[in-house]
Amino acid sequence: MPFSAKRLFFTFILGLTGLTNAYAGDRILATGGVTQIEGSAGGGLVPWGVLHGTTSDNGLGITAAASRAGIDDYTLDVKGVALNLYNRLEISFARQHLALDTLGGKLEQDIIGAKARLFGDVLYHPWGQWSLGVQHKRLDDFSLPRAVGARDDSGTDIYLAGSKLFFDAVAGRNLLLNTTLRSTQANQGGLLGFGGDLNDSRELVVEGSLGIFVTPRWLAGFEYRQKPDQLSFAEEEEWKDVFVAFVPNKHLSLTAAWIDLGSIAGLDDQQGGYLSLQVAY
Amino acid sequence: MTTMIWRRLTAPLLLAICTLTAHASDDETSSWTYNALGEKAGIAAIVEDLLVNIANDERIVVRFADADISRLQRMLNEQFCMLSGGPCVYTGDSMRESHRGKNYTQAEFNSLVENLIHAFEANDVPLAAQNRLLGKLAPMNADIVAQ
Ligand code: HEM
Repeated sequence: MPFSAKRLFFTFILGLTGLTNAYAGDRILATGGVTQIEGSAGGGLVPWGVLHGTTSDNGLGITAAASRAGIDDYTLDVKGVALNLYNRLEISFARQHLALDTLGGKLEQDIIGAKARLFGDVLYHPWGQWSLGVQHKRLDDFSLPRAVGARDDSGTDIYLAGSKLFFDAVAGRNLLLNTTLRSTQANQGGLLGFGGDLNDSRELVVEGSLGIFVTPRWLAGFEYRQKPDQLSFAEEEEWKDVFVAFVPNKHLSLTAAWIDLGSIAGLDDQQGGYLSLQVAY
Repeated sequence: MTTMIWRRLTAPLLLAICTLTAHASDDETSSWTYNALGEKAGIAAIVEDLLVNIANDERIVVRFADADISRLQRMLNEQFCMLSGGPCVYTGDSMRESHRGKNYTQAEFNSLVENLIHAFEANDVPLAAQNRLLGKLAPMNADIVAQ
């Protein structure tokens, strides 16, 4: 993102944060999760079955988020905006920028996402809420991914995600369980292209997260995300994180996490901090 | 690949099953929740605050324009008392009957729940008791919304 667009984005975010008395959606606090790194409603790494914000069956909602993950040899920045239509359909756009701090250079991609709630409700339905989502990703510059064996500069992930809140599950606290099944060809989420010299077909991967609402405004938990491993030049590993999300009101959430992204492009044991700010209305 | 998936799924699934079964048994007999709500007087204060909150909530107050509020108040007291394990019997109509034909929206349901949570908070109800009662009310959603 060019500098001026970045400034505009943050001005937009700050502007939204100021509007804490503006229209709020008619869903219970924190039932929209936060913005995961591909722009969908979820945790930090994993898309959940819930849709963005707190819009219910009576309106539209907008969210915007900025996130940064600083791990040993890389820095990932994500900016995302999303629209929720009647808590039925979520449309999202995210831009990822990965700085290769040690190797030099950068990798960037755009992700357009859509997620439809198939049935249920995260709070009220005995089976929770199930949604079907797609994330279409396109890299800016394919030269590095091509050089390491990737086949495509774009790809589309398809996922089925289920979320359910269990009331009074652990020490009187509510527990949020999410399970996601994703069909993907993406290497490192797409930043290293799609398909590879070891495998050029879709793979089914499992993702999940478990969180406890320590209070209605504080959610703590962990996430897990399986990934394909289809480039011979370097091993690709699963992603994990431990997170805390603070949701003071329906317009604001702050997420902090410790993330472990495993080996990336030959550099092992990539761990570090993650911070994400989301505004919604 | 498939075995890998199952290995990954086992832990969260087991956890979910354990937490579910752990709470299936104790509620009807125990009156811990009833005590934590403050027994009869505490529940009366919560219901009163709930009704006041609804009266001040422009999103849903119109829905109660024709309601018999004193009956509603009595019935909510009975219902919360019984659901929390107190010494009461709910004598009102079923949730399906009393909300039929009104086509209440999910948004309206959520607004009512928010008013209830605010009433809990105003009465310093312990979070565990709030969650336990909310957990009892949540499945009623299907009988109340879009009927
Ligand atoms: C967890 C959610 C709810 C619970 C536990 C609940 C409970 C009750 C109870 C116990 C009654 C009395 C039934 C009787 O008179 O025999 C009642 C009546 C009523 N409820 Fe609900 N309710 C819920 C949601 C809603 C919502 C979302 C609305 C509308 C926004 C609503 C509007 C009414 C009205 C207007 C009456 C009075 C009907 C009449 O007097 O003719 N309720 N409800």
